[in-house]
Parts: sequence; structure tokens; C-alpha cells
Amino acid sequence: MKYVKEVVWIIAFTFIGEVLNKLLPLPVPAGVYGLILLLLALVTGILKLQDVESTGNFLLDTMTMMFVPAAVGIMSSVDVLLPVLLPYAVMIVISTIIVMVSTGLVASFILKHSKSQDEPANKEAAV
Amino acid sequence: MKEALINSNYFGLILSIALFILSVRIKAKFRLAILNPLLISTLLCIAVLVVFKIPYDTYKESAGLLNYLLTPATVCLAIPMYKQLKLLKDNLLAVIAAITSGTICSIMSIFIMGKLFRLSSEHIATLLPKSITTAIGMGVSEEAGGIVTLTVAGIIITGILGNMIAESIFRIFHIDHPIARGLALGTSAHAVGTAKALELGEVEGAMSSLSICVAGILTVILVPIVNSTLV
Repeated sequence: MKYVKEVVWIIAFTFIGEVLNKLLPLPVPAGVYGLILLLLALVTGILKLQDVESTGNFLLDTMTMMFVPAAVGIMSSVDVLLPVLLPYAVMIVISTIIVMVSTGLVASFILKHSKSQDEPANKEAAV
Repeated sequence: MKEALINSNYFGLILSIALFILSVRIKAKFRLAILNPLLISTLLCIAVLVVFKIPYDTYKESAGLLNYLLTPATVCLAIPMYKQLKLLKDNLLAVIAAITSGTICSIMSIFIMGKLFRLSSEHIATLLPKSITTAIGMGVSEEAGGIVTLTVAGIIITGILGNMIAESIFRIFHIDHPIARGLALGTSAHAVGTAKALELGEVEGAMSSLSICVAGILTVILVPIVNSTLV
């Protein structure tokens, strides 16, 4: 029953997210509504971490693989992509590097200069 | 024979997963960033479909489960965020400043390069939301007068690229802090970057998850402003 309960909670939050996405006139995707609501439920104690954790970790662990069908879908937009392929490729590569580096360096700079010298985060932090 | 195989309800699923596992093995063997499992499994999948003349829609029908699971997986990003909530709060300034500067860099760099390449305003608008998650990016592109199918392709290519280059970029630019790494991945490469961040660690995953939300919202606000004043 453990997994049944976990799956139900996760599907319920996904479902509410979908409904909000349809009802509210905001450009917020269903997954993000669900994420915010699940986070609120955990913070307020309505839900405990162990109520969703095993199934949640399974979904997160397999997440990379879930992008394969969407990525394969690019093959069906090849005809619109082809005319702009070269400029787009250059723009995406350069822009992605710029964004990654600027975000990372701004964060590193502030973290280094902020007074609160927190302990380096423990990656093994199992709850 | 071929019909029986490709019309199975599990054809797309087993093809995607098997090729993904194969790609993970290839990566483990050669340890080259270019052999990113998501990139390689996607290319192999496309190769199989093209060689055996299997229409994308037939594949999609039976691989759809993976796509379907993306929304509940996104919801579950709340789990690493909840576990690292204190760290998020304690570093709020770094988090907000980093994501904001990354988002501005993303929009401005696309805009400037688009002008340099003399692209039409339609083609520039298409790529402005390239660093945010597909579900938000599609709406932003449509609103700005972009070509939505092309935006989706751009977003996925950006995600795979970010997933692929992150570790090299972090090494070259000495981005060592897990908080900085997570923010950089989520802001530049949305959910696909977050999948990489989760592989790096829980702090990285939490920060990257938050970046998807914040960068997404900032882009929704900033793109119409840039689009109306500059394009």
C-alpha cells in the first residue's frame, strides 16, 4: 500500500496543477503549480516527506530518460528548423554558455562575499 | 512482422529506454562530454526511426508514457527543494541575483546575436524563451509572435546542450559551489539541466528546480518588454 498512497498523492498534486493551469489565466505550467502546492503541503506539514519520497525519488531518478520522446520530436520540425539552422545553432551555443557562466559566477561571487559562512552543503544529507 | 513490432503499445517505450541505457553505458566507457546519454539516445532513436521508415507518430504513441510522466516528475522537484529549504532561504540574495542576471543575459544575448545575423523579428522572438521550460516557453513565444514548434526545438536543443557542457563549464570557470552549479544549470537549461543537477547532488537539484520557476516567471515578464521596446 505504501506505493499506492505515494502515487495517489503525486497524481493528485499533478491533477490539481493541471486544473489550475486550465482555470487560471496565468502562463504557469501544470507541473510548476503542482510543485509549488506540494512544497506548501510539505512546509505546512499537511504532507510528510515519507508520504511521497520513494515514488518521488524514482521519478526524479528517471527524469533524464523522460526527455527522449520530446527530443526525438525535433525530427518532425526539421523543415522549419533547416532554414535557420546555422544562426540558431551558433546563438544557442553561445547564449547557453553565457547564461551558465554568468549565473554561476554571480552566485559564486555573492556566496564568497556573504558574511554567513554556512557549512558546505552535505550531499549525503539523507532525511 | 515490422507492423506487429512497431504497433505494439510498448515499442516506443522499450526502444527509448533500451537506447538510453546503451547510451549511459557508452558514456561510462568513453567518458567524453559529447557522448551525453540524452543526446546519444535521441540520435540513435531518430536513426532507428529513419532507417526502418517508422513514422514519428507511431513511435510517439507508444513512447508517450515517458512524456506523460514529466509533469508528475516536475511536481516531485518539490522534494529536493523542501529538503534544502533552509539553504534556499539563507542564500536568497545569491539565488535571486544569479537567476536574474542569467535570465537577462539569455534574452539580451539572443536579441543581439539575432540582430547580428539579421534574423526576422519573428525568428528572434522564437528563440527568446530558449532557456526556460517548454510549457512556459511555448506561451511566451506565441505571445511575442514567434514560431512555437521552432521554439520547442530550440528549448530542447538548449537543454541537451546545457546538460552536456555543464561539467566542463564548471571546471573551466571554477564554478565549484553546489548552490552556484544548481542555479547555473536550472537558469541556462531548465528541466533538462535540472536532471543533470540532480545527478550532481541534492543541493544542485534543489537550486536548479527553483531556477526553473524563477527564470520562467522572469522571462514571462521580460520578453514582452524587450520585444516591444527593441524589436
